[in-house]
Amino acid sequence: MGQMNNSGLVKIQDGVRFIPGASALVGPLNKIINWGRTGSIWPVTFGLACCAIEMMVAGASTNDLDRFGVIFRASPRQADCLILAGTISKKMAPVVRRVYDQMPEPRYVLAMGSCACSGGVFDTYAVVQGGDEFLPVDVYIPGCPPRPEALLEGLIKLQEKINREQGRWSQLV
Amino acid sequence: MIKATTVDIPVSAGNEDHYRLRMGPQHPATHGVLRVDLDLDGETIMECEPHVGYLHRGFEKLAEHRTYVQNLVLTDRLDYIAAMANNVGYCEAVEKLLKIEVPLRAKYLRTMVCEMARISSHLLWLATHALDIGAMTVFLYCFREREELLELFAELCGARLTTTYTRLGGVRQDVTHSIMMKLVRFVDAFPANIEEYETLIDTNRIWLKRTVNVGTVSARDAVSLCLTGASLRGSGVDYDVRKHFPYAAYDLVDFEIPRGETGDTYARYRCRMEEMRQSNHILRQCIEQMPPGPIIGDDAPDLVMPNKPGRKVEVDTPARQGLIKLVEDRDIFMEGDVYVPTEVPKGELGFYFISDGNGSPYRMHIRSPSFIHIGALKTLAKGAMVADLIAIIGTLDVVLGECDR
Repeated sequence: MGQMNNSGLVKIQDGVRFIPGASALVGPLNKIINWGRTGSIWPVTFGLACCAIEMMVAGASTNDLDRFGVIFRASPRQADCLILAGTISKKMAPVVRRVYDQMPEPRYVLAMGSCACSGGVFDTYAVVQGGDEFLPVDVYIPGCPPRPEALLEGLIKLQEKINREQGRWSQLV
Repeated sequence: MIKATTVDIPVSAGNEDHYRLRMGPQHPATHGVLRVDLDLDGETIMECEPHVGYLHRGFEKLAEHRTYVQNLVLTDRLDYIAAMANNVGYCEAVEKLLKIEVPLRAKYLRTMVCEMARISSHLLWLATHALDIGAMTVFLYCFREREELLELFAELCGARLTTTYTRLGGVRQDVTHSIMMKLVRFVDAFPANIEEYETLIDTNRIWLKRTVNVGTVSARDAVSLCLTGASLRGSGVDYDVRKHFPYAAYDLVDFEIPRGETGDTYARYRCRMEEMRQSNHILRQCIEQMPPGPIIGDDAPDLVMPNKPGRKVEVDTPARQGLIKLVEDRDIFMEGDVYVPTEVPKGELGFYFISDGNGSPYRMHIRSPSFIHIGALKTLAKGAMVADLIAIIGTLDVVLGECDR
């Protein structure tokens, strides 16, 4: 938890304060929603190639993504983040796109590894040269494959990006 | 712009009892991007049609435009769970083609890293296989030990997964004292860890129900389906490339080939657990017997060989210089073809080269065990339940990077 200030409120993130005893949050709606979203990035369990193994390592005992609230979900309907972990072949790209389309808004895309960023060494007839050719990528994580720590850094960068968002919480405003 | 497409699965008209289910390519239990079309009667699989190619990256075509040295990095991405074993397999094949002699220390180092890769691959197999069947704890335990090996790889060559450790004629870097001490600690502690995994699932009632008599394949069928590795040895067939066609230093170390009898998923599980013990035994011998000496042969081609003064070498890229040196010193690449099998954790990995005397392979074919094991899926899954299919995919230990190439 954060620090207690003079008014007795506990600051848990910039602009979001917690009233002890009342189980209530005080702050602008934007910031409270962003705070909620940064603490519950649920990626879809979707390994494409080599990077998926490092993604699994990041979720396993040593690095433990669960402590950031990152919990892998097997269904795209329950997920809000797509980690493109590996080479996207031209046969696979429509499937990736379909999984992305099935995810509810707001949704984010992490391109993990050289292949998902730019095609990597596979400049061939069968490989899509980067996930950004057909998906809006939010964070690029370089490396072949990136270490699990790099994936953590990418997720933290995504959290920073979410924290900067404004008014992305309702169709009404 | 790539758009999402819908895939129509044809349903036979007028037959309401049977229906078709498309499993994958996005399915957490298909070990990557395998797609299986199932023809179901209730929950029983009538027909099972595996579809591959969702990770086709054009390795073999790409290899034709790169030199033999450059192609080495591609082999890391084949079976990315045991990249070291692929590196060794590739180098053994090219060395046979170019007639390069490998020093003894390099042979031992290759054997050592191969067995480390085997343990890490089997650990990942056990972790995901158990996770698919529903045992989460095994996953966490296995990744704990696997991480130690990956960090050793990182210390040895700078990368955890894509190692590119071997070179034509030897290996890239010698082991340091620190690596050896860590490996000794790992080897001492590992047998107790295997016992720990076994206490979790070996006699677990759910595990037994999910694996015993599931995906049974007889020895005769296993041979005719071209299964290799633990999938073949689980049926009782005594075949291991390391024993029957030794490469690296496998003829200098002592080990046994564990075999199953029943040929079901449980037998293959037991086989791989014993293999981890044997790998540990080989690692111990490699540490004890490690001979001194050079780690790379004198006649090995170097990727960044400087030009000799006074000699004009026409090269289009710096990377080709080393090759020109090789061509000039040896004056020919062998013409003809060569096939060299090696025993990777999944089974028999073979590299087949056709060389026309050029610096790049005219044709490189990879005989990958995963591709052939996926071919066996159709036979193994027939008549099984949908839930058993998960266990069968797991027990065949496929990796799609190697299968689709």
